[in-house]
Amino acid sequence: MSHGPTPRPAPSSDGAGRFSGPYRAPRLASAVAMTAAVFFGCTFIAFGPALALYVFTIAIEPLRVIFLIAGAFFWLVSLLLSSLLWFIASHITENKDGPTQKYVLIFGVLVSVIIQEMFRFAYYRLLKKASEGLKSINPDESAPSMRLLAYVSGLGFGIMSGVFSFVNTLSDSLGPGIVGIHGDSPQFFLNSAFMTLVIILLHVFWGIIFFDACEKKKWYILLLVLLTHLLVSTQTFLSPHYGINLVSAYVIMVFMGIWAFFVAGGSCRSLKFCLLCQDKDFLLYHQRSR
Amino acid sequence: MLTFMASDSDEEVCNERTSLMSAESPTPRSCQEGRQGLEDGENTAQWKTTFSFSFLISKSLPYITSSSCGAGTPWSSRCGFPQRSQDSEEDCEEDPDHYDCSAVPGRPPGLEEELTLKYGAKHVIMLFVPVTLCMIVVVATIKSVRFYTEKNGQLIYTPFTEDTPSVGQRLLNSVLNTLIMISVIVVMTIFLVVLYKYRCYKFIHGWLIMSSLMLLFLFTYIYLGEVLKTYNVAMDYPTLFLTVWNFGAVGMVCIHWKGPLVLQQAYLIMISALMALVFIKYLPEWSAWVILGAISVYDLVAVLCPKGPLRMLVETAQERNEPIFPALIYSSAMVWTVGMAKLDPSSQGALQLPYDPEMEEDSYDSFGEPSYPEVFEPHLPGYPGEELEEEEERGVKLGLGDFIFYSVLVGKAAATGSGDWNTTLACFVAILIGLCLTLLLLAVFKKALPALPISITFGLIFYFSTDNLVRPFMDTLASHQLYI
Repeated sequence: MSHGPTPRPAPSSDGAGRFSGPYRAPRLASAVAMTAAVFFGCTFIAFGPALALYVFTIAIEPLRVIFLIAGAFFWLVSLLLSSLLWFIASHITENKDGPTQKYVLIFGVLVSVIIQEMFRFAYYRLLKKASEGLKSINPDESAPSMRLLAYVSGLGFGIMSGVFSFVNTLSDSLGPGIVGIHGDSPQFFLNSAFMTLVIILLHVFWGIIFFDACEKKKWYILLLVLLTHLLVSTQTFLSPHYGINLVSAYVIMVFMGIWAFFVAGGSCRSLKFCLLCQDKDFLLYHQRSR
Repeated sequence: MLTFMASDSDEEVCNERTSLMSAESPTPRSCQEGRQGLEDGENTAQWKTTFSFSFLISKSLPYITSSSCGAGTPWSSRCGFPQRSQDSEEDCEEDPDHYDCSAVPGRPPGLEEELTLKYGAKHVIMLFVPVTLCMIVVVATIKSVRFYTEKNGQLIYTPFTEDTPSVGQRLLNSVLNTLIMISVIVVMTIFLVVLYKYRCYKFIHGWLIMSSLMLLFLFTYIYLGEVLKTYNVAMDYPTLFLTVWNFGAVGMVCIHWKGPLVLQQAYLIMISALMALVFIKYLPEWSAWVILGAISVYDLVAVLCPKGPLRMLVETAQERNEPIFPALIYSSAMVWTVGMAKLDPSSQGALQLPYDPEMEEDSYDSFGEPSYPEVFEPHLPGYPGEELEEEEERGVKLGLGDFIFYSVLVGKAAATGSGDWNTTLACFVAILIGLCLTLLLLAVFKKALPALPISITFGLIFYFSTDNLVRPFMDTLASHQLYI
């Protein structure tokens, strides 16, 4: 796959063994070759859970697939809008040198997160109207519940976000080259894959929490979701220090996951019964016996 | 979205936009360019493109119609409306096209609407899957086989070159190319409508067969040759001959006669992909985008205006109560005749229903009612001299031209410039959403609608905006490893 020259990140294809100084030799020894193994490994790390969620929960029902794609479309439109704002900002400040472009980029990231959450809210409104429409036409047929739509929309946002962030890097990882020759981290692809995974899962959880908060009209929760999203995005500014970045993102994801679980109606008891593979009848029986 | 085409002369391009028409045979093209040097390449390119274009036009039927869109359409008046019984819901999981049809044309409109919306999502997915598959084939080929991104001449329908020094000249040339292309399409569509009106079925049928022959044999041969070259796989001529012969012969049988639905759908997807690849190769860049835009406008006009050629074609077909040629339209549903149906004499000849009930084993379970006795219980009393009607399952039909132009858009997005995957994906999502909206409108309006305008508009908007705005943003983010 040949691409034109684009400003792609670190991996350099200088396989001829370019000599770098002795202080860099230890890093060179740990340089990693890009191969199909890296490609497949990173693909499955980043998109495996999302693919599993899609296959087991979304693909069975055509309406869910449509809502997923519509969610992806909404995310895409939000990205378009934020790219437009970034583009305008970067062109206004084009002639100024120094760290201005970096500030414009940070501005772009913040604006993008805010616009994404705005579009999540807009999608919620659209789904609410569509739900009501479906109910009025088909009163006996059960339209998908808002919780399900929250999950589907979160997954749509997440998949699109993950794909857009990672697919170009993935296609580069197939090509010839060695990561880390110029002193960058050799774990570039792995880090990106894990980050993509955490972003996808976070979008799912944020979607569930967000929609539930909108249903119950608890607006402060929307603000919390926005703040955690901003936190996760701004943490990525610490980019070369992968450890802190990734670990805290995963910690936030675990918290969000637990919160979404309880918001979606789960409880410790239902979790226990699910893990012990005990079915609903047993649960009902257990309740009756109290 | 276009028409039929098949003729033996060079300029046979029949534009018929109707999703109801059967597959047209593409006009023969010789695709030997690139093998014999450039000047030869030019000539054969021209030759090829003439044919491929006519085929394209024949295959491109940009309009969607629901095959059972209501009591208004004559051919659907004999359709059964699907009616799922409550207890059979669970059994139907593995067979999504499982319907318990009862031929009740006089169903009240409210119930019909409910059924339309209820099954709407399934039909949307039934169209998403083939459109996605076609795009995947085209994008995979574009990204791996270099042949389809090399410039090697242009179609004779786009005579003006784009290698001009100034931007204004280039724009002017692309607009002129578009005008020529669209006028050829209009002429061909009108020609086809005239042919159809005067019942020249044999001519149309022969044309269709010629064009499918060309597409299934010649283009497949070239495609296979290029793929083998790319992967450096050697194949001897006898094996090649055997492969292409089998592929082509089975394709002809499936498309023009009888065959399993899935196989017919697969062949239609493959020929649409082949056609789209030819377009991607031979249309110059700016002309391609302008042509895509112009063709959606034409599609809108031709299908919706009262005197539009495609609308006239559809109305003529409806008046004559003729079944649709299955070969020009991708049908997501199954059509079968139960027993010996008495066909309308005017619909004899070329317009035969291609399917046998024996082929459609899946649907047998769906008939619980005694109104379809011949298939299951030949001795059922009560229908001694009854004329058995065709049962057509609810489904949606999409013209092959739509497939072709969607794939051209996505393929061009994948082929041009930066080789960015984000642009391709954005166009893909945009086209799917456009298709979804079109199908929603179809459910609301219940008449044939053009499938191109909404999708192509979204696709074009997203292509240009993603390529120019989103790509630099995402590249900058990725180079700093920032995540939004």
